Amino acid sequence: MTKAVVTVMLKSGVLDPQGKAIGQALTGLGFEGVGEVRVGKRIEIELAETDPDAAKAAAEEMGRKLLANMVIESFRVEIAQGTDY
Amino acid sequence: MRAAIVVFPGINRERDMAIALELATGHKPRMVWHKETMLDGIDLVVLPGGFSHGDYLRCGAMAAQSPIMPAIRAHADRGGHVLGVCNGFQILTEAGLLPGALLRNAGLRFLSQDCHLRVERADTDFARHYQSGQIFRAPLAHGDGNYFADDDTLDRLEGEGLIAFRYATPEGEIIPEANFNGSARNIAGIYAPNLRVLGLMPHPEDLVDPLMGGTDGKPLFDGLAAALTVAA
Repeated sequence: MTKAVVTVMLKSGVLDPQGKAIGQALTGLGFEGVGEVRVGKRIEIELAETDPDAAKAAAEEMGRKLLANMVIESFRVEIAQGTDY
Repeated sequence: MRAAIVVFPGINRERDMAIALELATGHKPRMVWHKETMLDGIDLVVLPGGFSHGDYLRCGAMAAQSPIMPAIRAHADRGGHVLGVCNGFQILTEAGLLPGALLRNAGLRFLSQDCHLRVERADTDFARHYQSGQIFRAPLAHGDGNYFADDDTLDRLEGEGLIAFRYATPEGEIIPEANFNGSARNIAGIYAPNLRVLGLMPHPEDLVDPLMGGTDGKPLFDGLAAALTVAA
């Protein structure tokens, strides 16, 4: 079995108020040196496809069609096989 | 005017919308389940507010893939009128029928309050019963209404006159204080280039009867009914 891990992040330049709030909370907790915080999503998808390249291509198609809104987000696909995740 | 309201699982403003449309037209709109695939004989397709599919992934992302969407796209392509309010606006952007996206409100809070809108142009089928520059009140109820688009898109929208409404003070000032969700350039609603697809975050359908506390939203529905009844 193959697992595709899709990481979706807001594009740089798109305001991330959640990240901002988390950053402020971390600073408020006394953590020093906290810079910009960005929040994204990690989506793990089990795939029957065993060829890593084909699995990656399929997951990238999923990213473009549904998982990310390309107007505001970008995404990255990593492929893990067996228990390698 | 024959209107249809598309019902997605998780929306909750379809009955408010039906009341507003029936008041304006005298007819009950057709309720169309999202798994249907036909929209024949319909002048106006409405995507109402709510939380389709629980707002999972992104607001409107799942609904934009619904079986009914090709029929909505075909309706828009042949010049049919489409109105998306709140979640309906989010669905229209997710489906690519309107540009840009609706981000989390800049202040992170869910907004449940009134806002004021300035009518940017009145020469459309949606706004013809308002005056250009008129200010009217509309309820807001959303967590993700922060309109975003890149600068080129915003410039194009402004240059082509496709901004429908902007957040304003009751006196009509377009200032950050009136822009509760942080939208780019105070944009509350936009048109497609043919001016027949409108998406907006506030809820004009919730101010159409004195019993609701006002009738500020009624001209939108009356104007549509007048425009589309003449056309029919």
